[in-house]
Amino acid sequence: MNLLDLLIAIPAIGFLIVLLIPRPMENFIRLFTLGFSLLTFVVSLGMVVGFQNGQAGQQFVTNVVWIQNPEIHYHVGIDGLSLWLIILSTFLTPIAILLSWNSIKERVKEYFALLLLLEFGLVGVFAAWDLFLFYVFWEVVLVPMYFMIGIWGHDRRIYAAVKFFLYTMAGSVLMLAGIIFLYLQGGTFDYASILDQLSSGKIVLNHLQETLLFLAFFLAFAIKVPLFPLHTWLPDAHVEAPTAGSLMLASVMLKMGTYGLVRFCLPMFPTAARENAPWIVILAIIGIVYGALVAMVQPNMKKLVAYSSVSHLGFVVLGIFSFTQMGLDGAVYQMLNHGISTGALFLLVGFLYERRHSLEIADYGGVATAAPWLSTLFLITTLASIGLPTLNNFIGEFLVLQGAAQVHFSWSIFASLGVILSACYMLWMYQRVFFGELSDEVRHHMPELNAREWACAIPLVVMMVWMGMYSQSFLPAVSETNAKILDQGKMTAPVRAMAQVNGGNANAR
Amino acid sequence: MPANFTPSSDDLLRFAPEMILSAAGTLLMVLDPFFAKKMPKLFGHLSIVAFILAIFGALGANSVAGPAFSNLLIVDGFATFFRILVMIIGILTVLLSYRYLDRELSETSEYHALLLFSVVGQSLMVASNDLIMIFIGLEISSIATYILAGYLRDDKRNNEAALKYFLLGSFATGFLLYGVAIVYGLTGTTKLNEIPGLLASQGTSPLVIGVATAMILVGLGFKISGAPFQMWAPDVYQGAPAPVSAFMATAPKAAAFAILIRIFMTSFQPSASGWEPFIWISALLSMTLGNFAALTQNNLKRMLAYSSIAHAGYLLVAVAARSEFGTAAAMFYLAAYALMNIGAFAVVIHISGKGERHLRIEDLAGLGQKQPVTAALLTIFLLSLIGVPLTGGFFGKFYIFHAALKSNLVWLSVLGLLNSAVAAYYYLRLLVVMYMHEPGDVTRSLEPLTPGLGAALVLPAIGTFFLGVMPGVVLTFARNSSLLGK
Repeated sequence: MNLLDLLIAIPAIGFLIVLLIPRPMENFIRLFTLGFSLLTFVVSLGMVVGFQNGQAGQQFVTNVVWIQNPEIHYHVGIDGLSLWLIILSTFLTPIAILLSWNSIKERVKEYFALLLLLEFGLVGVFAAWDLFLFYVFWEVVLVPMYFMIGIWGHDRRIYAAVKFFLYTMAGSVLMLAGIIFLYLQGGTFDYASILDQLSSGKIVLNHLQETLLFLAFFLAFAIKVPLFPLHTWLPDAHVEAPTAGSLMLASVMLKMGTYGLVRFCLPMFPTAARENAPWIVILAIIGIVYGALVAMVQPNMKKLVAYSSVSHLGFVVLGIFSFTQMGLDGAVYQMLNHGISTGALFLLVGFLYERRHSLEIADYGGVATAAPWLSTLFLITTLASIGLPTLNNFIGEFLVLQGAAQVHFSWSIFASLGVILSACYMLWMYQRVFFGELSDEVRHHMPELNAREWACAIPLVVMMVWMGMYSQSFLPAVSETNAKILDQGKMTAPVRAMAQVNGGNANAR
Repeated sequence: MPANFTPSSDDLLRFAPEMILSAAGTLLMVLDPFFAKKMPKLFGHLSIVAFILAIFGALGANSVAGPAFSNLLIVDGFATFFRILVMIIGILTVLLSYRYLDRELSETSEYHALLLFSVVGQSLMVASNDLIMIFIGLEISSIATYILAGYLRDDKRNNEAALKYFLLGSFATGFLLYGVAIVYGLTGTTKLNEIPGLLASQGTSPLVIGVATAMILVGLGFKISGAPFQMWAPDVYQGAPAPVSAFMATAPKAAAFAILIRIFMTSFQPSASGWEPFIWISALLSMTLGNFAALTQNNLKRMLAYSSIAHAGYLLVAVAARSEFGTAAAMFYLAAYALMNIGAFAVVIHISGKGERHLRIEDLAGLGQKQPVTAALLTIFLLSLIGVPLTGGFFGKFYIFHAALKSNLVWLSVLGLLNSAVAAYYYLRLLVVMYMHEPGDVTRSLEPLTPGLGAALVLPAIGTFFLGVMPGVVLTFARNSSLLGK
């Protein structure tokens, strides 16, 4: 049992224990889940310390048989790609718990139990190294988020929750078909072994099969990302979810989709991925511009942030499908950046909502006078989200644009429109909410940040600056893994062609 | 063939479960005049004891596996699996019925005796190696179930359900019998394992074999409520007493699937390419019709009825795979399905109240707040019915589509999987009402769970989790016994 197993086990154990705590002990439940999530975070930091840069492949591996027949392994491990996403999950869960401290008053026990279940699923998704196990965790994540939106959400929560569940489910069943198909070809669910067999030509997919498999996986991930035009569940889910739900949804769960693209779609189906890249990139660019334009006209702050996510995630997809080292590095870095900065935006919007009980921009104005510190933090986050140099998003966006430019300069031109537009809608919102005339309603309802809120916000702001100033803390591990993923694509294509030729000869004989 | 009319002791042991259950059923009827008024619950307790004894009987029979009574019966892993499954369903049905019968002030002895007899029929069916024995088993099971469906004889809906079930059911049995007759006319035998050889050696025209196959398929199609023979299911499930509906949706269905698989995988195995398209179509129709019709239902029992049609569709996908993998997947799925379905029905019985007045989906409103444990258990069953991982329903679906893809049924699998995404919607509706609506009158005045219903909820929940986390145990057994006759 290594650190990674512990990391998966702790939230699960915490979840089960919370279920056994008597309902009236609400404060104890809050403290307990906070303690457990902090413990998880500390353990995950231990993994950062133990992680060895420069060592290719996975680390902290555990591989034991879970189910005999068909053979399914509990096979987990991390590499540079999953490491930071796991840290992101464990980092944000305590913040989400702290954030919900007072705002969740009903069914406290279920709420905090579900947050731990969510953390369990998220860590599992990023750690799973067996396709079947990955699918299990992928679906497990769905359940707590469904309940969080549906029970503790806003007015149209039920519609949003059901839509969220059905969209994801529809995508993932096709992925399940793809996983079973691969199993029947290769006789294993083990991802490493499937990759080996694909590259050595043991599993030979014809062109149609590869394309269909790619699409089956791609669709599941693209819905989760969400890629335009599959994004329609996202504004609903984000707006209706409670603040912590929006935070976890935007910051971590969307990354499950982009992670899946990088982890599975690219290495397993390199040819199909490259063939389909043109239209995917076009959709990504449409998403960047469309998301930004729609964000600009939103009267609702949460909706604005939600559409800005569509735009930002477009950058990630663009980076991934540029198939350049820089683009991919930027995409992965942007996943983390978006997790931090959009998470912070949802958090701060949540603070505003707890004070004024409205998400409409029109109900605010002059908040900077009433609550200067809140406004300062919001400004830093806004600037980070826009991509101001020295803050985190700049680096990711820059790398993505650079990578895209290496392939097609026009891609960068269109995508950089998104950067410009993001400045427009974010600053405009900032202006309308924080400057202008201070109405009485806002004045009376806008106390300054309290200690708990500071505790939620400061870690995020620190990360924004850190990630913007010194990306070398994070990027080397990511780059190595990305290089390997890109390498697999290049290597396998000719090898596979050879294998097909050989196979053809064998048949001819 | 030398006729030997004195059965050997092994033969008797192989027949032990049926004998135990029949004796228990008769005993209940004898005890009726003495205890019916004083201790109405006694009959339930006795039937549980009988079922447990019969499970040991089935295990004992399995230890001397082989054909019995000059090949009329065959005790193999497959038969044992289904025998134990229907007996477990029997136990759970008894647990469901305590509160129900008490609430409806109804007689308990005949009810339990009929339940025992019905399980006798199913147990006989699944161990039959002969078309006539299958028919006899089917009739024993069906007749008892017809009566159970109309058990509350003063209730109009009960009567309607029973009559409908009886008329359509006997019509279907007629088809089955006609098919059996044709087969007998062609081959001169009703022994399942002798049929394929004789059909081949006589060079029978494929058309005639096709007619016989079709007749038997129609007859069994009714029993499993597979489309296009599913019409009766919603009305009957809605009208019958809720515990009986739970029973009908699981035990007779499991037994009918067992003989469907046994007949088609042994007797008609050589003509498989002929019947596979029909199973294929029926599977797709059942899934699609069942799921889409369930979307619009507002009555819980009716919704579960349509859902059971859809689940019959998934099971037919496994049959269409016509491989040992398909057989094993169907076995696993039937076990998982029985547990989650009975669990769901237990909640329906719990909330429906006297005379089953509260059956609307809205009646579940706020159950999550008023009775969190009941709601949590129902959540497990619903997630399993949707097919979310770590539940038995997920692995059941997974094995079925795994088997289907293995047999190159790519389109059927894709359509089936998409169907299961559609199905998620109507199960989610229950979750929505339960957790996201404010408590209504029904949940506010809900009685606490009775021990019987509690057990009927907790045991299937444990089973569902067990099948979802450690599916290997059951699957390995299914896999080992999926080669029939071994």
